[in-house]
Parts: sequence; structure tokens; C-alpha cells
Amino acid sequence: MTKQTKTMNLNFGPQHPAAHGVLRLILELDGEIVEKIDPHIGLLHRGTEKLIEHKTYIQAVPYFDRLDYVAPMNQEHVFTLAIEKLLDIEVPIRGQFIRVLFCEIGRILSHILNITTQALDVGALTPSLWGFEERETLMTFYERVSGSRLHANYFRPGGVHKDLPRGLIEDIILFCERFPKIIDDLEMLLTDNRIFKQRNVNIGIVTKQEALDHSFSGVMLRGSGVAWDLRRSQPYECYKDFDFKIPIGKNGDCYDRYLCRIEEMRESVKIIKECIKKMPRGPVKSIDGKITPPKKEDLKNSMESLIHHFKLFSEGFRIPEGEIYTAVEAPKGELGVYLISDGSNKPYKCKIRAPGFSHLQAMDYLLKGHMLADVPAVLGSLDVVFGEVDR
Amino acid sequence: MPITIIDLEKIVNSGLTTTIKKSKINFDQLFIDVDVENITSVILFLKTNDKCKFRQLIDITAADYPGKEKRFKIVYLLLSHENNLRIVINIYIDEKIVVPSITKIFPSANWMEREIFDMYGISYKDHPDLRRILTDYGFEGHPLRKDFPLSGYTEVRYNEDRKKVISEPVKLDQEYRDFDFESPWDGTKYIKTETQKNKTNDKR
Repeated sequence: MTKQTKTMNLNFGPQHPAAHGVLRLILELDGEIVEKIDPHIGLLHRGTEKLIEHKTYIQAVPYFDRLDYVAPMNQEHVFTLAIEKLLDIEVPIRGQFIRVLFCEIGRILSHILNITTQALDVGALTPSLWGFEERETLMTFYERVSGSRLHANYFRPGGVHKDLPRGLIEDIILFCERFPKIIDDLEMLLTDNRIFKQRNVNIGIVTKQEALDHSFSGVMLRGSGVAWDLRRSQPYECYKDFDFKIPIGKNGDCYDRYLCRIEEMRESVKIIKECIKKMPRGPVKSIDGKITPPKKEDLKNSMESLIHHFKLFSEGFRIPEGEIYTAVEAPKGELGVYLISDGSNKPYKCKIRAPGFSHLQAMDYLLKGHMLADVPAVLGSLDVVFGEVDR
Repeated sequence: MPITIIDLEKIVNSGLTTTIKKSKINFDQLFIDVDVENITSVILFLKTNDKCKFRQLIDITAADYPGKEKRFKIVYLLLSHENNLRIVINIYIDEKIVVPSITKIFPSANWMEREIFDMYGISYKDHPDLRRILTDYGFEGHPLRKDFPLSGYTEVRYNEDRKKVISEPVKLDQEYRDFDFESPWDGTKYIKTETQKNKTNDKR
């Protein structure tokens, strides 16, 4: 009698709560052991890069909010930085501080979502209930500054759209005092939790070399012990003036990545506090009238301002010919924009380098030989958002 | 000991000599042009050379220039953590050329090359799994080519009679309007001259 072994194909998603959006995985299983994974992405493909080629630079900024929709302003940041470098303009120092402030708020937003949903995937419900309350508070900060909870369109080429409204700084200070306690609460629920550890420790181990070969960045790289953070090594805006630590992991498993994210949230709170303390006065956007729109009051009195306003929002500005790659440390890793300008008012080509794309690609090798139940745990710790993977 | 971008340009030019057709430094990044047949050896050199240490592939992308003889430009972006440097490698190819795949050097090139295949229709030699990646199952055409219309060719809808999703040619109530701004307005002069001055000062 011969024993027959047969692998089974399982279709995971695209509509599955643990798939974090619209991901379809074709799993090849031998019993409960994963033999092969073939991720099918693109179910949320909206042709962002094609659309950007047909919009002026100012009109293209909001598309970046819709990439990684859990930390919108970090995405706008990279595009505006690319434009500013090509135009060779400076952002006033207060504008830079406001950008740093909101980038760190975005980092906390993203990490709360990731940590709590990862916990949800391995069976803990409470962290998400506690964490989402804080996300809501942070999103009201977004709303107060830009008028919109998610699709902010707040960072503009040359600075930020408007100065902070009155009273916002005080509320952010209050939040910073309260929030470390919430992180402690989340840690109390998860860090030493036996079930959480059983599901995450030694799962999805990435070595240093593998992390480099698979183009990992952000927490995925730091979790494996590579001390690399673009805020520190290639500082943009005024990050070099801030004092913060870069947490790195040791084993490169899901649990270390979770710990890195927790520590990064604490560091972000520190940066926000320092940022508020040092916040200088002054303009928030470039004084170059051909790049940034005039003040609303001036439109009523000055013909020149009216013309500039009209031209900026219809034709937009032109960028001299050139190409550039710019990257920032987004919450999920290195987010880059490769921009080619042909001297007109629209980008000739705008490639968005999303960190999640390379992370998701490594699913197959990360999970080979693991159990089926580890699939959601690893997927959760990869921190993918399909807005940016599919673009 | 980390090297600077100027050292890097010298190392690359002396190590690869004639394979480099052009090199320039822009925005603290080194841009080099190479021939398509040399791409694997150049990338292998940059990865394994003990001075360059470009251990990480950041991205591969392409750009379409329909008017030119060599229609596509493929761009490889590499990063060196040890030296804290970035390099941009350009190759220019025409439509019929099959590009050597670099998946053997960097496994992460797999999806990036698939994306270029999907978006531009450039095919790769020795690629383990060259399929479409971002577009829909059964999609036709290559969306990021400049001659592909923004609205696409087909649209999908749910057909009540046939109880399934069907795709039909795109019907637009109003034609897509692409505004062409021909205007003499080309920004300020004084700020441009200022920045020019600063640039020359920096070089000195």
C-alpha cells in the first residue's frame, strides 16, 4: 500500500478580516504546514502614478493621502520634499517644525493601528478598543489643522497650508502627557501576555542579511538589528536638531518588531514634546509668491495677489527639468518618490516607492514551513496597508 | 571608513571603466548611465565591491519617452547603509529589447520587474515568474505607457441579467479634457538668480 501525500490549495481573502484590506493569498498547504504562498495584489490599484502624470503638482498632493491612509501626512511629506529639492526652495523654520510635529503624530497613528490589529489577529480584542480611542484624538488634531480627519492635504510645496489654529498646541501637550500611560496600558495587556508571546516570539524570523536582500526598511529592518533610520542618517527638515533614540531589535521576529513599534511611539511623543517646546514663530510657508499662494486677506486688496492665486490654482508652477529620488522614514519604512520633471507644470513621471510592496513580497520566504495560524501573525507584523502597496 | 560621493564616483569609474557611459552627481546622489547588456555585471560589482557596499536595492522603475529612438529608460535605485550613499543607474532601451533580470542578485527585484512588465510591457530574461501584478486578471495593455489613455479602454459593471461582472468599452458622457497651458508666465527671475548664486557659492 502506498501512502499518498497531497498538498491542498487554500484561497485566503480578498475579503478576510485578517488580510488587512484586500489581499488575496493562494496558500499551498501540506496539512497545516505552509508550503508556498502566492500573494495576489492590485485589488486596490487606482492608477495613482498615471493620474499624477495628468495633474499639476499642487493637484497631485492629495493623491498621497490616499496611499498609506493610516498616516496621510507622512506620505504628502515625501512628495513636497521632492518638489522643494527640484525647485531649490527653503521651508521656513516654523513650517519645518510643524511638519515634524505632524509626521510624528502620523507615526503614532500608524503604530497604534498596527499594534492593536496585530493583537486582534492573534486573538486580543481589548487593545484595539483602547488604542482606537487615542487614534480618534489624534485625528481630531488632523481635522483642526487641515479640516479633514484623513485626507489632510496639509503639507504643500514650500511649507504647510496654514498656521496652527489657536489652542491646538495646548491640546497636543495634554495628549502627550496622557499618552505614555496608554502605551503602558497596552504593554500591560500584550508585552508579557502568554498567548501573545506564544503567537509572536520566534515567528517570522528575519536575519540581517535577509532583511537587506529583500529590500526591507523601517521597523522590518530595525527589528533585525540594523540601526538604520532616515531621520538620523539622512536627516530631512529639522530632524537633526532633535534628540531621539532609535530602538532596534535582536531576534528579528514578530515580537521584536512589536517591541520596536512600542518604543518608537514613546520616542515620537518625546519628539512632539521637544518640538512644541522649541517651536519658533514666523511664517509657515515659503515667501516665494510664485510657489505658495498669497494670503486670503490680500486677495481682496491686491490685484497682484489675485492674479497669483488664480495662476497657481489653474496652471500651477513649473519645475525646471531634472530627476530626483527623495525618501523619508514613513512609519512603515522608507517611502520614496522618484520624480522626473520635463520643465512643465505636471510631473513627467512619478514613481512611488512603497515600503509595504517589498515587505509583502517576502511573505513566501517568511512563512515557508510555518503553520497556517502564523500567516495572520506575520502579515500583521509586516504592517502592510493596501493603499500604498497597490497604488 | 565611509566614503564620500566624490570618492564613489572615482571608484565606480575606475572599477567599471568603459561600461559607464556617463556619470554625474546631483542632489548628493550619483547618476550613472550604462548599457543594457552590462546591467547585471554593474549591479553585481556595486553590491560585492568592498568599498561600494550597495547591499540594498531600493526600487526599479521605468519611464516612457515615445518620441525617442530608445523608448524606455529603466532606473535602478541602490542604497548603501555603510556609506550612507545612494546611486541611480539608468539604462536606455528600445521596445523590442529583453532586459536581463537581476533577481539572482537581489531577490526583491522579482516584484519590481513584474511591475515594470505590467506597466510598460518590458520583458525580462531569466525572470522566475513574469506575470502581471497590479492590474486586473485578464487586463490588456500597459497603463503607464504615454500612449495609453488616462481613462483606459474598458470599464466594468455588474450585469443584472447575466448575474456577473462584465467589462465593456469605456463610454464617457463628456470627453476627457487635458488642459494645455501655453503661457508666458514662467516664474520669478530674481529668486532664480538668487538660488543660482547660492549654488555657485556652494561649489566653491
